[in-house]
Amino acid sequence: MADSVTQINLPVDAEVLSELTIGQELRLFGSIYTMRDAGHQRCLELLQETGELPFSLKGQALFYAGPTPAAAGRPFGAIGPTTASRMDNIAPLLYAAGIRLTLGKGRRSAAVQQACRQYQSVYLTTIGGAAALLAKKVLSAQLIAWPDLGPEALYRLEIKDFPAWLAIDCQGRQL
Amino acid sequence: MAEAFYIPALNAEHLAEAVAWALPRIACELRADVLAALRDSEQKETAARAQTAIQMLLENARIAAADQVPLCQDTGTVWVFLEVGSAANGKPLAIPADIFSLVDPTVRWVWQDNGLRNSLLSDALLNRQNTNSNTPAFTELVLRPSLSGVRLTVMLKGGGSDNASRLEMLNPGDGWPAIRQLVLETVLQKAANACPPLVVGVAVGSTFDKVAALAKQALIRPLWQENPNPHLAELETELLEAINQTGIGPAGLGGETTALAVHLVTAACHLAALPVAVNLGCSAMRSVTLELTGEWA
Repeated sequence: MADSVTQINLPVDAEVLSELTIGQELRLFGSIYTMRDAGHQRCLELLQETGELPFSLKGQALFYAGPTPAAAGRPFGAIGPTTASRMDNIAPLLYAAGIRLTLGKGRRSAAVQQACRQYQSVYLTTIGGAAALLAKKVLSAQLIAWPDLGPEALYRLEIKDFPAWLAIDCQGRQL
Repeated sequence: MAEAFYIPALNAEHLAEAVAWALPRIACELRADVLAALRDSEQKETAARAQTAIQMLLENARIAAADQVPLCQDTGTVWVFLEVGSAANGKPLAIPADIFSLVDPTVRWVWQDNGLRNSLLSDALLNRQNTNSNTPAFTELVLRPSLSGVRLTVMLKGGGSDNASRLEMLNPGDGWPAIRQLVLETVLQKAANACPPLVVGVAVGSTFDKVAALAKQALIRPLWQENPNPHLAELETELLEAINQTGIGPAGLGGETTALAVHLVTAACHLAALPVAVNLGCSAMRSVTLELTGEWA
C-alpha cells in the first residue's frame, strides 16, 4: 500500500476529523451503530418527538448496513455498506442532532456535504461486495433496538482494523 | 459453459433440488469468470486505492469460499430462469404448469439453514414488512424449441445494483450515440452505488416490458465468452473502454476498472421504438447456469 493508513478510534473527536484529507485510507476501531432505511424513519420519529437522538447516539458513528445472521463463529456471516444516498434526506437532521460520522457506499447529495461542513462531521466509504472480509473486522454485536426490522435492526458493533476511506470531509468536500 | 446437473425427471421436485444445490453455492462462491477478471484488473490498475480495493475483493472471495459465508450481506432476490428446449430426439419437451411450485419453500429453508439475509418485503407499497423467508423468488420460463435440452440459471441480485439500473424508450432517430450516452450516464450517475467493478448488461429492442428482462439475461454470459456477433462485440469494447475512462474505479475509489465487461444484446422492435435497458451487475455477480440432464432429455 503506497498511501499511509490512519487509525481512527470511535466514537471520534472533532479534532481528529478535521485533520483528515479526502480519499485518505483509514482503519476504524471502537463502536459503530448499524442503521439503514427503516431504522432512519424510526430514528427520525424519535428525534422529532423528543428533540434528541435516541439510544445515546449523540456523538456516535452510523454504519449503513444490514448484516446476515451469525456464521463461522463471527457475529455476522457478512456485513457491508449499503447505498448511502438513500439516507440523504434524513442524514442532515441526524448530523445536526449529533451524529459525527457515517459509513456507507456511493456518492451523496449537496445537502449532506453542507451538513458535514456545518456540523464538523464526515462521511466514509468502504467496499461494497467485501462483506465476508468486513465481517472478520466485527468483534461483537449487541442488539440495541428494533428487532422486528430483522436485518435493519439497530446494533452496536465493536470493530477492529475496519477499512474505510474519507469520502466527505469536515469542509464538505467530496471524493 | 453450463455444468451438467442430473435430475431423474423434469418436475417441480427435481427442479427444487437443483435450485437448493445452487443457492448456497452462489451466495458464497464468486463466479470463476468474475474472479479471473478481477485478478486481471489487479494487474492493470496503477492507482494505489484501486489496487487495495481489488485485493480486498479477492481476499473477500477467498474468505467467503473457505468459511462458506456470503460474499455480500445483500444475498439478494432469487431469480430462477428456466429455458426449455427440445429432447435429444428433436421433439419439444413438455413442462408441467407447477414446475416452479417448490421454489419458494426451497428458498425458505435454504435461507434459514445457510444464514442468508431476508431481504424481501411483502408489498412494495402497501406492506413493507419483511417476509422473513426471502420469498417470493422471481421465476421466469422461456420456451426455446431450437435449444437442445433444458437450461436452469439461478441468480442472486442485490438491491444496490438493481437500483442503479435504468430503462429508457429512446428516439429511434438518435440511434447508437443516444444508446451509448444513456449507458455512460447510467454509469456516471449510479455506478458508485452498484459496487464496481461492474458487469454491465445492455439490451436494445423488443418492447418496454421485455427489454429489462433481456438486459438481466445478458449478465449470465461468461465474461470470457465473446459476443457471437462481431459487430456487437466491437460495440461492447467501445462501451467498456468509455466506461473505464470515467475514473470511478473499484468501490468508487478511483481507477481504471469501473467495469469488467459489457454484454450487449439486441432484438427486433416496433418501427417507432428504441427501447434500451441497462442492468448493472455488481462485483459479486452471483449466478450459475446448469444443463439439466436425465433420461427424459
